[in-house]
Amino acid sequence: MAEVTLIEAINLALARALSDDPNVVVLGEDVGVNGGVFRATVGLQQRFGAQRVVDTPLAELLISGLCVGMAAQGLKPVGEIQFMGFIYPCIDQLVNHASRLRNRTQGRLSCPMVLRTPHGGGIRAPEHHSESTEAMLTHIPGLRVVMPSSPERAYGLLLAAIRDPDPVIFLEPTRIYRAAKGEVHDDGEALPLDVAFVLREGRDVTLISWGATVKETLTAADELAGDGIRAEVIDLATLKPYDEDTILASVQKTGRCIIVHEAARTSGFGAEIAALIAERGMTSLLAPVVRVTGYDTIIPLPRLEQHYMPSVNRIAAAARSVCQFS
Amino acid sequence: MSALSPKADIGRARSITSSAARLKRSLNPPIEPPFLLDFSGRQNRELGARIFLALLLTLMQLSGTCAEDGSDTVYLADFITSTFEFRFSVHAAGRMSEQATTDEELPVIACFEVRRRNYLAPDGTVLRRLPHFASDTNALLSLYRGMVLTRAFDIKAVSLQRTGRLGTYAVSLGQEAVSIGVASAMREEDVLLPSYRDNAALLWRGVTMEEILLYWGGDERGNRWSGPAHDFPFCIPVGSHAPHATGVAYAFMLRKQPRVAVCLFGDGATSKGDVWEAMNFAGVHKLPVVFVANNNQWAISVPLKLQTASETLAQKAIASGFTGEQVDGNDVIAMHAAAEEAIAKARAGKGPRFIEATTYRLGDHTTADDAARYRPPEEVQARWKEEPIARLRSYLVSQNAWGKVEEERLAAECQQLVEAAIERYLATSPRSPETMFEHLYAQLPAAYAAQRREVKEGSHG
Repeated sequence: MAEVTLIEAINLALARALSDDPNVVVLGEDVGVNGGVFRATVGLQQRFGAQRVVDTPLAELLISGLCVGMAAQGLKPVGEIQFMGFIYPCIDQLVNHASRLRNRTQGRLSCPMVLRTPHGGGIRAPEHHSESTEAMLTHIPGLRVVMPSSPERAYGLLLAAIRDPDPVIFLEPTRIYRAAKGEVHDDGEALPLDVAFVLREGRDVTLISWGATVKETLTAADELAGDGIRAEVIDLATLKPYDEDTILASVQKTGRCIIVHEAARTSGFGAEIAALIAERGMTSLLAPVVRVTGYDTIIPLPRLEQHYMPSVNRIAAAARSVCQFS
Repeated sequence: MSALSPKADIGRARSITSSAARLKRSLNPPIEPPFLLDFSGRQNRELGARIFLALLLTLMQLSGTCAEDGSDTVYLADFITSTFEFRFSVHAAGRMSEQATTDEELPVIACFEVRRRNYLAPDGTVLRRLPHFASDTNALLSLYRGMVLTRAFDIKAVSLQRTGRLGTYAVSLGQEAVSIGVASAMREEDVLLPSYRDNAALLWRGVTMEEILLYWGGDERGNRWSGPAHDFPFCIPVGSHAPHATGVAYAFMLRKQPRVAVCLFGDGATSKGDVWEAMNFAGVHKLPVVFVANNNQWAISVPLKLQTASETLAQKAIASGFTGEQVDGNDVIAMHAAAEEAIAKARAGKGPRFIEATTYRLGDHTTADDAARYRPPEEVQARWKEEPIARLRSYLVSQNAWGKVEEERLAAECQQLVEAAIERYLATSPRSPETMFEHLYAQLPAAYAAQRREVKEGSHG
């Protein structure tokens, strides 16, 4: 069993999907000869041919629209948007077509497509290359929004996304593409969608996160353990539809909840989780739900970027404060 | 040299233009540009400059004109440079370089042309040799019936909307030949990607009238139709289905299936990046897809001249690397022939084609629109003379293939079909509210089960 990076795990999953199912097509800018700007698709065109690993023109709307047409014909397109900052031309296709083709035709047509894109900042990238606007996508009925936080989950969740009969947005945490390493069984086994993963059990406070900030959240939990605070860490993994039961069960146990995300606070996905807990977990709470997030600013260019990102210190401080609440 | 008479309106730039033009005409023998005067040699440079100035002054004196704004000098310089090709060598930035090259002298590296297809004049007379299929009277009668049925259906649909029994509806009045001409050229296994105005294409492909009414009447079940299961539903956001057509065609290419995707949209859609991006990719991969723009001259209230400065919409295909053809969209024979040829080529692996069907939206944009707000009734009235149904009827009558009896019989038949469909539509049983959760996903996620329950209990409680 080999230890691989998160980006290598994605490559393994794509290769596995292309190999298992002739209907799988990978398309996007630079995904072919170049193997993707992050090398997610490296070697795939050589192995599966230029018709199944397609270098598209530089047109994001097209990539998402092609996916809809291909998927309606029963192909399993996996489109790549080079950075999340460039996904916005696809929103029309996602809202008006991909997410509702099944519903508006009452099941006559469907849209089994995946749109992958690198998510988030922290890689000292130029402007528009550090976006974390996942909450926008979670607001679209009919979609799935998935974000792995480890090589193992990247592999298993991407396979699940490709096999899913409905459209899935697959957000890949750019910052840990290479920083996250782990053992991956390339056995074609998918992990379940719509399910959160409890990464660490604890009784005092629930820490919920997804994507790259899971790393800081786990580190904060280690730190808190030194203070005698036993934190439970949940990787949400699928943001839409999300695993309400795991969250509520955890909060029922701990009575305290910190939600960590890199995206701006207002209308971020943390607000959705806080609202869920307010509606259905209120009686379990021993302290207010607290969000540790990016700020309501444009994500700064690299010189100030580190001050924007949720840090281990911010997460740990928030956890300590709710533990002192009562 | 009377043309150079000082009698010409002195002091007015307009007359300078005309007098100089007369000068150009009067030169005998005529000098056709470029007439080469080579002053590029070192010794000849000064001589060349002297001759140029002398010629300029002489021409000014001959014309006897002197515009107040100095435009005469500008004009004459233009005239001289367009008549003679001058080669001067000038000293610039410390080295010798060629100057005074006009754009026209640069080599032409690509030429394009756009053809227009029409067979029947508005009065039904034949303009040129008809395509082969038109020798089959039954084929023409079938197209005629399709258009007449569409119009009968449209009229009834509007009256249903006016009486509150149908939602917003887009009629295809005057544009029936576009949808019918295209749909009739398709095979069952081809995939249609229609816009909201293509009811006629759906009818032709076997979608029932009650299904179409059900959709416009506010019920998604209308899209789960008895027409081809692989056809796309109406696209409402303008032009956003063009990339789908390209994606469908890509699937055909990948699977080596001899099938074609056919995408219909309006003139307004050609202003959208969606259409361009789709055509561009289709051109790159020579995909089996046909794009058809129903150029009905109006995008709600915006006329074509505000939509684009292109002389034709057809030429927009040229930049995508394939043929664009303009077709008289009120001539169903031309529409069918153009679509048949385009689809056959696409099926044979010869790549995409774009058809611009020029027609006119005789009705409002939809039942929610009032076109009288933005276009004069006289314009609409004039366009009625070109409409497609009367045109084909005139031709059929001239061929002794159609007459009053047949017309009355067809009208009665269509009326009866439409009325029966409306009855079935109005008798459709309602859906229970919680069915809004059906077909949202292949299987409703557990997270939404409670919401579904809420709707179900609310609707019965």
